[in-house]
Amino acid sequence: MYIAVASGKGGTGKTLVSTSLALCAGECAYVDLDVEEPNGYIFLKPVIEKEIRCELPVPQIDEQVCTFCGECAKACAYNALMVMKQLKKTLFFADLCHSCGACAYVCPVKNALKEVKRTIGKISTGKTGTVKFIEGRLDVGRPSGVPLIACIINDFLDINDLLIVDASPGTSCPVVESLKKSDYVILVTEPTPFGLHDLELTIEIVKELGKEAGIIINKDNGRSALIEDFAARAGIPVLLKIPYSMDIQRAYSEGIPLIEAQPGIKEKFKEILKKLTAGIGQ
Amino acid sequence: MKKAKEIVVISGKGGTGKTTITASLAGIMTDKVIVDADVDAANLYILLRPQNIRGTDFTGKGLAEIDRDLCVHCGLCKELCRFFAIEIVDGDYRVDPFSCDGCGLCKIVCPVQAVTIEEQVVGKWFSADTEFGAFVYARLIPGAENSGNLVTMVKEQAKQKAAAGNIPTILIDGPPGIGCPVISAVSGADFALIVTEPTYSGISDLRRVFDLTAHFGIKSGIVINRCDINPGNTTAIETFAREKGIPVLAGIPHSRCIMDEISESRLPARKCKELSRQIENIYEHIKTELLNE
Ligand code: SF4
Ligand code: SF4
Repeated sequence: MYIAVASGKGGTGKTLVSTSLALCAGECAYVDLDVEEPNGYIFLKPVIEKEIRCELPVPQIDEQVCTFCGECAKACAYNALMVMKQLKKTLFFADLCHSCGACAYVCPVKNALKEVKRTIGKISTGKTGTVKFIEGRLDVGRPSGVPLIACIINDFLDINDLLIVDASPGTSCPVVESLKKSDYVILVTEPTPFGLHDLELTIEIVKELGKEAGIIINKDNGRSALIEDFAARAGIPVLLKIPYSMDIQRAYSEGIPLIEAQPGIKEKFKEILKKLTAGIGQ
Repeated sequence: MKKAKEIVVISGKGGTGKTTITASLAGIMTDKVIVDADVDAANLYILLRPQNIRGTDFTGKGLAEIDRDLCVHCGLCKELCRFFAIEIVDGDYRVDPFSCDGCGLCKIVCPVQAVTIEEQVVGKWFSADTEFGAFVYARLIPGAENSGNLVTMVKEQAKQKAAAGNIPTILIDGPPGIGCPVISAVSGADFALIVTEPTYSGISDLRRVFDLTAHFGIKSGIVINRCDINPGNTTAIETFAREKGIPVLAGIPHSRCIMDEISESRLPARKCKELSRQIENIYEHIKTELLNE
């Protein structure tokens, strides 16, 4: 089962929740798909066993062979290639390339354009107790984490595992990529106008993808019913409220998992997991 | 006319208080265009309360469509698509809109021209007035791609506004993370204000976002928000800053006042005195930095 923990707005406690869920689950795999800022390792302190570079094909043109016909540049939808016929030069803008392969497909000249590998990030796998740990980490300066996320989902996950997935924040393509394969989405938010605004956007995606979801309210101050009112209107259950507390904030700042800082919350997490896993196949 | 100076507020990690700081700066800075470049989750408008809003569609990314009457089921597109976007549904080849990247390879390879690529509306950008100055922001359709391009677009609009009105500064609320929207937001900036918090996650993300500003050669300064929740980590951030030769411009203590004002959608620097004092300091520093260019 694939449980995605997501939040439109960053910093609402997505990692706080997903790491503790993983620690409560006993046997499971924690998957950090927040590849721009992967922070789950801070709380889980895993022993890393393997590191694999994630590579994508990009074009490389041999200007000795190239006839500067310009077909490759014409085929590229992202303007990643420029061919200057008069100057007999080609330019490749690696940061714009999506590795689609159109240029290589259309090039009419044998051996003029070949695809070579470019590293975009790293995938680490390891363990912390009985929890498998899988993390994607985008190299600084690389524009998109989507291929890295896709690579982890396609090649590194065992669908028989209970997967607790720390999804990317935001509401654009990386989050869609990390939610696509999920069976259930836990949305972590906070009771502020910012939290509500971003929650609404994320729910649009969840609905569009046809996923079932529940909400966890973090930093609940007991005074604002902003999120609960919205949840009731949208027909989405509130699974848990985590109180606002300086103790939790402090523990978080030290990389101490929530269930260690607030042992009482463990049972609540276990209950949520039980309900969700019992729901498989219904 | 000189090019307007661009100040971008970024954080790496989300939820560190970036938008609160940007809005507070907007409250005291003179003569600027304000931009919300966090197009994924544009929140600044909640505090700035824009009026006279004018919206324009933004098209980006193509989406492939297969005409089932023309398709001869050769399967070439499915075999070659690197985004695994072509699926067979009830015997017909179809494009999964969530996976399609719009590259157009399927259109190129299709032997019977059954594939077309349509440009999609991926968001909307808005131009508005606020009591603090002109404001440009955007909203990406949830789940859409190309937020980097939309960021570039809102910045371009802000630059035109600045040039037309002879406005010397552009204040940008940047997106979180280090990916393409952030790269678009910081590229061409004159100063990056990095808002962080004294947590292990905050520090981890600070290092990554600092690498990004260094990669692009942009001058920066650090604001430590909620600096009192973990003095040890605050010291660690200060040490990091010293090693990298970037100034720590402010340490803002955790405050009930700020939280309460935000939950009422009000600009917290008005009521919360400590915050407003710190924001003044930050602004003074940025002004000197920009003059020294
Ligand atoms: S399509 Fe091939 S031959 Fe033509 S310009 Fe590109 S690399 Fe050169
Ligand atoms: S692989 Fe695709 S995106 Fe990259 S240069 Fe070639 S055509 Fe352009």
